[in-house]
Amino acid sequence: MNFQLRVWRQRDRKAPGKLVDYDVHDISPNTSFLEMLDILNENLIRTGGEPVAFDSDCREGICGTCSLTVNGEAHGPDHPGAVCELYMRKFQDGDTITVEPFRVGSFPIVKDLAVDRSALDRIVQAGGFISARAGSAPEANSILVPKHDADLAMEAAACIGCGACAAACPNGSAMLFAAAKVSHLSFLPQGAPERERRVLRMIQVMDDQGFGNCTNIYECEAVCPAKISASLIAKLNREYARAQFRRRLGE
Amino acid sequence: MIGTLDSKTPPGPLDQKWRNHQDHSRLVSPNNRRKLEIIVVGSGLAGGSAAATLGELGYRVKCFCFQDSPRRAHSIAAQGGINAAKNYQNDGDSVYRLFYDTIKGGDFRSREANVYRLAEIANNIIDQCVAQGVPFAREYSGYLANRSFGGAQVSRTFYARGQTGQQLLLGCYQALCRQVASGTVKMFPYTEMLDLVIVNGQAKGIVTRSLRSGKMERHAADAVVLASGGYGNVFYLSTNARGSNVTATYRAYKRGALFANPSFTQIHPTCIPVSGDYQSKLTLMSESLRNDGRVWVPKRKEDRLTPPNEIPEPDRDYYLERKYPSFGNLSPRDISSRAAKEVCDEGRGVGPGGRGVYLDFADAIKRLGVETIRERYGNLFQVYQKITGEDAYKVPMRIYPAVHYTMGGLWVDYNLMSNVPGLFVIGEANFSDHGANRLGASALMQGLADGYFVLPNTLPNYLAGQMGKRPPPDSPEFEQAEQSVRARIEKLLKVNGTRSADSFHRELGLLLWDKCGMSRNEQGLREALRKIPELRREFWRDVRVPGDEKDYNQSLERAGRVADFLEFAELMCTDALERDESAGAHFREEHQTPDGEALRNDETHAAVFAWEFEGENQSPKLHREQLHFETVHLTQRSYK
Repeated sequence: MNFQLRVWRQRDRKAPGKLVDYDVHDISPNTSFLEMLDILNENLIRTGGEPVAFDSDCREGICGTCSLTVNGEAHGPDHPGAVCELYMRKFQDGDTITVEPFRVGSFPIVKDLAVDRSALDRIVQAGGFISARAGSAPEANSILVPKHDADLAMEAAACIGCGACAAACPNGSAMLFAAAKVSHLSFLPQGAPERERRVLRMIQVMDDQGFGNCTNIYECEAVCPAKISASLIAKLNREYARAQFRRRLGE
Repeated sequence: MIGTLDSKTPPGPLDQKWRNHQDHSRLVSPNNRRKLEIIVVGSGLAGGSAAATLGELGYRVKCFCFQDSPRRAHSIAAQGGINAAKNYQNDGDSVYRLFYDTIKGGDFRSREANVYRLAEIANNIIDQCVAQGVPFAREYSGYLANRSFGGAQVSRTFYARGQTGQQLLLGCYQALCRQVASGTVKMFPYTEMLDLVIVNGQAKGIVTRSLRSGKMERHAADAVVLASGGYGNVFYLSTNARGSNVTATYRAYKRGALFANPSFTQIHPTCIPVSGDYQSKLTLMSESLRNDGRVWVPKRKEDRLTPPNEIPEPDRDYYLERKYPSFGNLSPRDISSRAAKEVCDEGRGVGPGGRGVYLDFADAIKRLGVETIRERYGNLFQVYQKITGEDAYKVPMRIYPAVHYTMGGLWVDYNLMSNVPGLFVIGEANFSDHGANRLGASALMQGLADGYFVLPNTLPNYLAGQMGKRPPPDSPEFEQAEQSVRARIEKLLKVNGTRSADSFHRELGLLLWDKCGMSRNEQGLREALRKIPELRREFWRDVRVPGDEKDYNQSLERAGRVADFLEFAELMCTDALERDESAGAHFREEHQTPDGEALRNDETHAAVFAWEFEGENQSPKLHREQLHFETVHLTQRSYK
């Protein structure tokens, strides 16, 4: 298969960027999208050009490192899945494909297609954890968790932290990301003691990092590689309201 | 400088060694912990849990990872589960049995005391992870669920769907985040360790390069912990992440740390087969699939290309069930991998290129219903469909072995300290617990055991004598290390040849897979040892690294790693040649039983081979640590 690529090139955070055209030829339909970019880079190195910078690591859809917008969609057209799980058989021979970074104000561009998502780490640092000191944990089966709750927690915990939700959202909101972590921990009895403090702090930092608010557009859910449900945002809102209410009551 | 290799295994009965050892180790008081700085390289299960735990204890920790966030470390990709001898199933499990299965699975090439400690600690890990909110699978009663896994006859594996590694890593990432917020741990993402600094014979710091800005930094500390993972990517194609590399441990080796058993590399039996030259990695299909899937190939070569559902039962060869009736599809990884290679070598392999076997769920779907199978393995079936375009609910999966894990690593003593005082090595980066073959669901167990429980209890014994000995980062040793890193980067940029680093890496990988892969022989290893230096010379003559060093330069980053792999590969083949026996994953064709199983030589080879760097282009020096078995009897492994 042959493709015409339009790839975002940007030297660094401050330099202006632009779309540059490249052709790639003889690509097998079983090639992954990132392998197709590897082939492009291989050609660029051989012909004296500068390869395109893009981030990826596990290349099996779990680490959340890859972060490309393909033809305007975060992670490209094959949902649910990260862009590393996108295969060229999903395209037609001769297609023009536009490749851009995730575009969110809170994710500054590092170079070309690579962005800085440390804002997401800062949201977790604000409270996305259960404070359990190594050595002090009780016997595992002394904490019973109904299967239903454990399953809900697992579904929320499946978030891979890629940031596609924020990239797809017209408001640049990271609500789905924050909702997944808040929900995961509040579905479990172990998460109860820090429940209010966690949600209040995480939302505070989410706002401080410049992410927008949720206006129920559902683009986040549509592109989420981990199939995190947007209904968790409603849960996040309930958790937040509950925490504020209890705080006001002085509990 | 090195002398005899002393494992420092504590005296006493096996089940009391760890307790006794802790009782007699030195401690550091809380007010002194704040004065001690510890470097942790890597943020996976081992590094992340170590950094979080040491931070919580009050040490000042600096944690480095090359990824953009500690949550991306490759532990995240582990699928199947984590072992512990809780005996929740009442099926006869015990700490001793987990210990025995692990040491037997490793083909008796690991240290008894280390493995026993691992089995003991495993139960604490489950407690710790549950407390952190890891959403393990549960029964309807609310109690924890278990499943069985390769190499064991009990059901002792805890799991979170097919994403156990992800959930455990996120648990430890969150613990790490808490310490970052409280100021005890400082994270350095996008940062690569490029050299180890040794001052007065003690590991006292590292030299790093920021992958984003190219900025070089010196970090001095009171101890250095390497948790940088395994070296499976030396084969180019493996189930490792693209970025996984040998650089941190190899740099430490070049500074005097011994590299132990580098030839012990695990080939995982259930991966998606290679589909073309462009391929950048191989994807694992969790071993847990073998609980319900049945492995087979056609009995006759002629059926190789017949659609699998049209091949009638009598014409199928369920070769694992046939050869190993008591373990069947759950035989250990090395044995299952070699069996797959054997049937493919016979010309009965399926799929493009004939390097594949079927993993069939038809019987399990009939027995349990498609919903149960979907619940157990849904995400894996989805991954399979994405990659191959095939629906494994309808046609059998095609699988083939691929490089997955490396049992070898830097040599450490019982305290997880290398022969270089102050240099500790944990997780996959060390060699200590898995012998010549690792059992499924044991890597997560070891990473977390080392980070949460072992290191925090052994490190103080060293640190107690190190108060006030941290050198300033402008001392000559740091200067020298930084200069050598800079010189090397300059050299890479200056070659200005015609080929990408990746193209050399791919060539190296093919050579190793052929000569030092699932089976090895003297002639092939000698050939590899001749070709690797040639390839290395070619690399330094013709590699092209575009761009400069003061930039986010992924070509430079990769070239540096490939250059290390090109040296390390030689060490691996040297070890494979020296180990003139078969053991676990190391299968020397010259040494096999009449029915083709690995044949050990316990008389002369029941030992750890640890290699010392002797200078560029010099043969490394071999040190041996004799393995003493006080409790178990060495037997021929049988899974029949």
